[in-house]
Amino acid sequence: MTATARETVLGRIRDALALSGPVPDAAGPAVPRAYRTGRTLPDHERLELLVDRLVDYRATVRTCTAARTCEEIAEALRERGARRVGVPAGLDEAWLAGYDGEVRRDFADLPAPRLAELDGVVTASAVTCAETGTIFLDGSPDQGRRALSLVPDLHVCVVDLSSVVVGVPEAVARLVPERPTTLISGPSATSDIELERVEGVHGPRTLVVVIRTDA
Amino acid sequence: MSSTFLGMPATPPRSPFGTGNLRGERKFPKAAHDELRNEQLRRNLRKATHSIRAKRLAVTSELPDWERLRDAGSAIKADTMNRLPELLEQLERKVTEHGGTVHWARDGVEANEIVTRLVKETGSDEVIKVKSMATQETGLNEHLESQGVTAYETDLAELIVQLAHDKPSHILVPAIHRNRDEIRDIFRSAIPGVDPRLDSVPAHLAAAARAYLREKFMSVPVAVSGANFGIAETGTLSVVESEGNGRMCLTMPKTLITVMGIEKVLPRYQDLEVFLQLLPRSSTGERMNPYTSMWTGVVPGDGPQEFHLVLLDNGRTAALADRIGRQALHCIRCSACLNVCPVYERAGGHAYGSTYPGPIGAVLTPQLAGMDAAKNDPNSSLPYASSLCGACFDACPVKIDIPSLLVELRHQHTEQAGTTAEKLAMKAAATVMTRPGLFTAAQKAAGTGGRVLAGRDRKISRLPAPFDGWTDTRDLPAPPRRTFRSWLASAEGEAALRSAAEEGARLGDGAVRHDAPHESHEEGNR
Repeated sequence: MTATARETVLGRIRDALALSGPVPDAAGPAVPRAYRTGRTLPDHERLELLVDRLVDYRATVRTCTAARTCEEIAEALRERGARRVGVPAGLDEAWLAGYDGEVRRDFADLPAPRLAELDGVVTASAVTCAETGTIFLDGSPDQGRRALSLVPDLHVCVVDLSSVVVGVPEAVARLVPERPTTLISGPSATSDIELERVEGVHGPRTLVVVIRTDA
Repeated sequence: MSSTFLGMPATPPRSPFGTGNLRGERKFPKAAHDELRNEQLRRNLRKATHSIRAKRLAVTSELPDWERLRDAGSAIKADTMNRLPELLEQLERKVTEHGGTVHWARDGVEANEIVTRLVKETGSDEVIKVKSMATQETGLNEHLESQGVTAYETDLAELIVQLAHDKPSHILVPAIHRNRDEIRDIFRSAIPGVDPRLDSVPAHLAAAARAYLREKFMSVPVAVSGANFGIAETGTLSVVESEGNGRMCLTMPKTLITVMGIEKVLPRYQDLEVFLQLLPRSSTGERMNPYTSMWTGVVPGDGPQEFHLVLLDNGRTAALADRIGRQALHCIRCSACLNVCPVYERAGGHAYGSTYPGPIGAVLTPQLAGMDAAKNDPNSSLPYASSLCGACFDACPVKIDIPSLLVELRHQHTEQAGTTAEKLAMKAAATVMTRPGLFTAAQKAAGTGGRVLAGRDRKISRLPAPFDGWTDTRDLPAPPRRTFRSWLASAEGEAALRSAAEEGARLGDGAVRHDAPHESHEEGNR
């Protein structure tokens, strides 16, 4: 009887561990997690930190109150000349009330390449890490499938300050592992040519973040 | 599943000889010798490594808990290795529960065959690829080509390397050895339909790549990726990137095939909080890379509806069997050790002959593929491609003690080397050195011979075999006319000893003299 690759590889690992023994000798202490976790900062400090990071990544930042959401979004889209905009199925309709262009609501059966017909996309977000300027999208109805926020060249992303946490551990703790999750820290970029940073390779070349300070 | 008890554990095999990209054609010193003559390469490398170094230091020093993160990263990896079988079985179970299919590959050849079969089953003769060290290691692209499947690399640097029929020379920036003018020329000659007036402005070059690849992203139905992390607890896979080509490949096609080394598994989802801090800051010197994708199996209505995970051994279990060497499996492929290494900075990645260059490559490659698989195995030179300065150890985000691993591999190499002329000579030297009479005679003969060999400039540039290894890379000064032992036995030597003894007696109360230690030390040396 020949062993399957699975049995062979697992058998080799067990052999290897038997030959080398556990390292360090004993089962060892638990993983030392003495790094910073569970940090908090007042609203204005989290906001300041996040804006600093986003600007550093050359994202465009707009701050507003929830009441002005639709005006800010409309302005951001107009500024970039976006005439046709996609939104996830679960996005609050009121957010696009101030926009006079064409709004297309995404649906699962639309072939992803057709998303290239859109000038831009507007989504919400799940959680944001201030210290690294990272926005987490998790595929919830107001954020949509991954292709939607990837293919169009402009991404307007709404971030509520209440969903902004200080560090990476605080952000990871809020995620649902089973959801398809995308971490976005600025527009796409490459440094592959003589390490000179070029923004906008395959993802959206423009990222506009609308931060709602009272939401 | 229970495993059958087969008696004594057997040492697992290395990556099969003659497969994949884990061995160069020449030993490191020979290859480096030629690479060092390429001034353009040295300029490019110097600029690149110094600039990433500065960025890395800036973003790691702004975290007060950086060292604690390194401690955690190191401990998580050590714990992972100790529990590898159960973690891989858990990962397999979770991926399967979420609609994925898990395959196991004993070596690179088997992994290539699995991927090719899965691609063919989709009916496509094209695949798009996210930069992946594992498939570079197995030589997947070459295998696919031999089977009539075209692979398109979508990372900008990998694309440059592929279009130039070149090899990557850096883990993170594989085209680090090319400057913008070279890249313009490569694009002009190899991208179909490219504007012949394309200039060498990086933004324009990136735009040309975007236009070329856009069409592939929209049309090719199957993608192949690597993985930075695979979470056992949840079955979540993760790819860390910058350009968005990763998101494209992981999202747009109908089928996704991910090839992951078995050592890339992490126990818990929570562990990402450590590695998402360690990796970007060590790698590109950014607080966070532009894009990271995390997915668990198949999600209806979002992304590929068919997902395959190929778990690759290819010598990893052989490394795991080595109590000291297995640390190399902790590597998260950040490339910080390359950027701080004085040897890498000058010789470049190609000199190492392997997919994994630099300090980590010098310890990982021999462990995955062996050092004595053939006569004069080039991999046997890799543990010596270092000055043991220790900069790599300081830079490593998971604290791999690369210098100690290099020394251990050097030890293993000399142990394995068998009876060579050098070994016999060392044995003869041992006999001579234990007998003073013989030693004096030998010294006299070597002195005379050495002075003849050195000639007028009093330098020996080439020793006769088997000692020629010593003079390959350095000169040996001619032996002095008078040896230390004969000086000591002379009247002059006796006088010097006597005066030193008198000075000692003068200070005789045992007090240590602090006032002018250097002066007296220097006196004694004259």
